[in-house]
Amino acid sequence: MSALTALARVSAVSSGVAQPIATVRHVHLSSRPLVFVPLALAGEANAPLAALVGSSPDAPQLLFVPQPRNRDQRFEFAAKLAAILLSYVDSFCGETETVPAGRNTEPRERYVDAPQILVPNGGGVGFVRLFGRSTRFRRTEGEYAVDASVPLLGRWLTFFAERSEYPGSSLLVSMTGALSMHWATGQSAVEDANLAALVGWIDPPSGMSGAEAALEAEDPLTWPPAGPATDPTFDNEVLAPAIEAGSLSMLESALRSQLMPTWELMWRGVSLLRGLPPGARVEQRWTADRDAFTGFASYVAEGGYPQAKRDVAVAAAQRLARLERAQALYDAQRAYDDPLLLAEYRLSGEAFAGTVIASSPDRIDDSGKRRVLRPHVTVRSEDPVLLGPGASVVSPARPSQTGSFVSVSGPDVVLELSGGMGRGLTTPPGSVPEVGERLTYTTLTESYQAPAAFPSREETPWTHGGPPVEYVPDDEDAAEDWS
Amino acid sequence: MTNLECLRGAAAPKSHNARTIAALTTNPGCSRRAVMDAAGIDKERLASHVGFPARFGQSQFAITRGNVFEAQLKANGCAELLRLLREVLALPIGAAAYDDLESVNQLDARADRSRELLTRAADGDEDAGTLFDHPLLRLEVGGRWVYLEPDLIALQFGGKFYVVEIKSFAVIDGKADGTKVSAAATQSAVYVLAMRRLLAEAGYDPGLVSHDVVLVCPENFSNRPVATLVDVRKKLSVLERQLARMGRIDAIVDGLSPSLTFDLQVDDAGVPQRPVAELVDGMGQIDARYSPECLANCELAFFCRHEARGSTAALGKSVREELGGVSSVSHALSLASGAVPPAEDEIEAAEMLRFAAKLRSECLS
Amino acid sequence: MSDVLPAVLADLTSGLHRGVVVDSPPGAGKSTLVVRATSSMVSSGQLPLMIVAQTNEQVDDLIARLVPALPPGVGIGRLSAQGYVAPPRVAQHASVTVGSKVADLGPALIVIGTAAKWATLSEGQWPWAIVDEAYQMRSDMLLRIANRFDKALFVGDPGQLDPFSVVESERWTGLTWDPMQSAVAVLLRHNPDLPVHRLPVSWRLPYSAAPVVSQAFYPFAEFTSGTGEGDRRLSLSTSGVGGGAVDAAVEMAAATGWALYELPSQHTLRTDAEAAAACAALAQRVVERGAVAYSEVAPDGAPVTEARVAIGAAHRDQVAAIRSYLPESSEITVDTANRLQGREYDVTIVLHPLSGRRDATAFHLESGRLCVLASRHRHACIVVARAGIPELLDAHPSTEPVHLNVPVKFPDGWEANQAIMAHLHGHRVRDSG
Ligand code: SF4
Repeated sequence: MSALTALARVSAVSSGVAQPIATVRHVHLSSRPLVFVPLALAGEANAPLAALVGSSPDAPQLLFVPQPRNRDQRFEFAAKLAAILLSYVDSFCGETETVPAGRNTEPRERYVDAPQILVPNGGGVGFVRLFGRSTRFRRTEGEYAVDASVPLLGRWLTFFAERSEYPGSSLLVSMTGALSMHWATGQSAVEDANLAALVGWIDPPSGMSGAEAALEAEDPLTWPPAGPATDPTFDNEVLAPAIEAGSLSMLESALRSQLMPTWELMWRGVSLLRGLPPGARVEQRWTADRDAFTGFASYVAEGGYPQAKRDVAVAAAQRLARLERAQALYDAQRAYDDPLLLAEYRLSGEAFAGTVIASSPDRIDDSGKRRVLRPHVTVRSEDPVLLGPGASVVSPARPSQTGSFVSVSGPDVVLELSGGMGRGLTTPPGSVPEVGERLTYTTLTESYQAPAAFPSREETPWTHGGPPVEYVPDDEDAAEDWS
Repeated sequence: MTNLECLRGAAAPKSHNARTIAALTTNPGCSRRAVMDAAGIDKERLASHVGFPARFGQSQFAITRGNVFEAQLKANGCAELLRLLREVLALPIGAAAYDDLESVNQLDARADRSRELLTRAADGDEDAGTLFDHPLLRLEVGGRWVYLEPDLIALQFGGKFYVVEIKSFAVIDGKADGTKVSAAATQSAVYVLAMRRLLAEAGYDPGLVSHDVVLVCPENFSNRPVATLVDVRKKLSVLERQLARMGRIDAIVDGLSPSLTFDLQVDDAGVPQRPVAELVDGMGQIDARYSPECLANCELAFFCRHEARGSTAALGKSVREELGGVSSVSHALSLASGAVPPAEDEIEAAEMLRFAAKLRSECLS
Repeated sequence: MSDVLPAVLADLTSGLHRGVVVDSPPGAGKSTLVVRATSSMVSSGQLPLMIVAQTNEQVDDLIARLVPALPPGVGIGRLSAQGYVAPPRVAQHASVTVGSKVADLGPALIVIGTAAKWATLSEGQWPWAIVDEAYQMRSDMLLRIANRFDKALFVGDPGQLDPFSVVESERWTGLTWDPMQSAVAVLLRHNPDLPVHRLPVSWRLPYSAAPVVSQAFYPFAEFTSGTGEGDRRLSLSTSGVGGGAVDAAVEMAAATGWALYELPSQHTLRTDAEAAAACAALAQRVVERGAVAYSEVAPDGAPVTEARVAIGAAHRDQVAAIRSYLPESSEITVDTANRLQGREYDVTIVLHPLSGRRDATAFHLESGRLCVLASRHRHACIVVARAGIPELLDAHPSTEPVHLNVPVKFPDGWEANQAIMAHLHGHRVRDSG
């Protein structure tokens, strides 16, 4: 929570409608996302009850487990879900583009598009993760055989869930998460986890304020919970009798009525997000997602093992390092793409905006061995300058150019520039800010950081338990009860 | 009648259990809740009568699952539990004697019988048993005795008692929902505390009760149980502090109008007749400390949330903190727009808010 | 007072253990131990030796202390990043070679660098290692460097701030190798039989502070002060004019070793101007009043100069606010808890992390932060706070979550805060505003 968002929340209270906290969209939105609204049976460990799934707003498919405690029926549910999800995923395994060789990499192929799953909330992401966990180890032959698609579904769901932990990834997105990144409501973050209330604040029905819409959205009769947990009253008064009666049609209509409102909210959410222009660097992050997708698709095609239950020591440390790098980059990219996010850093003193009042674009530094171009610019800041000599800053307008603080006097900051000006001793036009240009400088940087080196898992040191035993899924995994 | 009895009125006091005692620690700064709980007022009924019913319903599927799981563990004289306890506690095989204390009918008799058995066991009397099913413990909470019923208490070889808590949420690959684990730990800490006090009163070393409790849950997606030791020392100290504070509730109660009561004036048919406005007014006389976390923890949450509308606290603690502690929404906005001059102690907050407002309007125009 | 070093070295060289841990409470002579262990390992031939510290400043400090303690001719290699310029305290020694690759360091038998630098090496193995400030190091960092050594001595202060990350790390909770743990925590979870020694005496904290800090932050690892009652004295050479609250607080601190300078209760921005100004005023007044510190190292008294006074706060913006109330030329140190770790002053002024807060969050309650702030002084510590912190604590539950298979870490921040406030209550001086 930043002060700008806090202010947006109080403005939302007084204006009665959610306030924007981003000027561009920071998530990628597929042209045909797969919307997935799952429900789980209360009291059980992620036992599937029902789901609406599909990639077209007017064609949701309802899947449900008529007798939720029946193990075989659960696997039938999994197989049906697999049929939909795997064919959706497959539909992206077609056209590829060639990624040219990099410094240490061979040229490779990458799918030009990737699947995107949208779930209502954090609980939906949790459902995907746990459903992946409960299906990916299953065997397709022998004693506890399940349909061949089931373990495959498990691997893919696990892939999506794990990828969603990556800052900036859009392969699996929770709608409440995506919406509350872009709008601040007049309620608390706890209440924002209710999709209906959140959408109510952002886009209240005509004649109603956001606050009223949100209040109404809390009534589980009008707006059933967006899952995976169901409304206890629904369980007791509708679901239990329907299961008891063994009537498929009763069950089907009951579950559909619980899920449809959320289904519609999901698509309203999609169109709200589509209404925002995408940030300039969203595409770049989606490319990283496409890379991850391509990589995993070929891993699966080659018959790779299901993902381990928990990370071994080396994998955990490596993953943490990757996540931290991704987080830093994501923070910087969003701030570069969006002046409103950059403003948060201006407020905290990690950025300042101002106008160039002097510029010496052809200044040469000849104190070193080689004469180098080191222009100076003086920026008159409109924000309090808390940074001082020694700080180095970048302007989103010229991301490859770094400015080092030379001096600060009052609002005037003198910066020495390097980079982004070609190799010569004269500056190409436009590469150095001119007098009168208004820009923002920030300490955030999206510059490349070399990945950290880790030992191989065979070299796991004694301090961390030594090399782990190679994980091979065993019969026990395949036979794991599903009560 | 004491002040607390006046506050409650004619209704029987709502009795505490480990869960409600645990809940006392979640918003210890709220006087309203503290007074209501100390007086034994049925907050759920009150909330619903004033038009803000709580939504803490439980699905029958969850209840059934919990019961089935516990029954399965305790079947055949706790055979399955015993196997688990032997694993985690090294209970000596064969020496397990099982006492089902649930079978004793009357509450006090049950509590007495529990105390007798447990103290005999503490004496090292081997016949006194190893597993105590649903013993009944007493704990003084806010000046009243509360009966508590742990799922099981196990006595380890060598004389340490362990509280065993059975929960039906799953432990998947060694991990479980943090909120649920925390709640279970606090509840178990209530039992540990009650058991320790029982021993201390009977002249035994309260340290005989381990600060590690045994949490038994279903493993992964199955019904197979798994036991994990959970260290509840931190929870114990929080709880002890909170119970000590409840004893000091008098200071708050003494400051209330002597005529204040939350009696619902239930008629013969059991329907509350008390005018809602009076109750609302009454609640308004006791300071609340609403934050959105209340929604998950307190029966009065929807009422208090309604009352807190327009306050920055209703938006969450971090929002209020970011606004420099300014407590009302409209005032924060007036300071941000410069419409009102800040009081002396608001100058800094106002400056920050104006800067924030300027940034927002600059970026959104 | 028993010396733990021989036992530590005996364990390390016994061949029974690959590692030994030494827990050191604040000011218990951790650096001295590292220096002595090094020279003893040099003289008994436990070489080559790699030494790991966490920051460049720590590495340079250690070198400056090591060189005079080692026999002449023992070369030290300073492994550093490219572009590192050795400060004079390192550069002045001919026996120190600086290089960014091991090969550049020549035949140095002792190689020392930051953990981050060591982590860039993919080969080489040292039979012996010393890891300093091991509780500040995250376990994933240890993973990256552990293959570089065979046996190691880990030294650090368990009461300091825990390592942290900006990303969600819930995925790994409960794993014995959870990368978010400290290096020592993960080491001991995998090698529970490693000997753990404890330095039992704080040479920094005075008699008035050691028991308070020990009970609040090290409930299961008690320590005492190396000096007794009355061994340290702080006297003020001039008397306060007007006798305001600032003077009263300085006098209270001089007389008892502690003072709580209490401002009227108010909810403020983090950068509470009044509190920041009070911190600066108190620090300056200590010097203005001509404080003289009498101690075992200066029995005839040493003046408390600006360089011997520090002000600590929780956040960087608070540090900036406090600095703005000091003249530019002031040598009084103002810094955050993170950066004050390992440092020592005669008198410290602490802006209490909960001062002016409406709510106590996990950040505010983290015990390590308060522990660092309340344990930097040799003579006296003055805490600046808005009134109402005990009530604030009472109104907030302990926020520490419970997870399965995660060892409980003591102390509880909330308890520790309560204990410190209870102690400070008896040392309160009110500024009526
Ligand atoms: S809901 Fe109301 S009464 Fe309950 S704890 Fe919160 S503020 Fe107190």
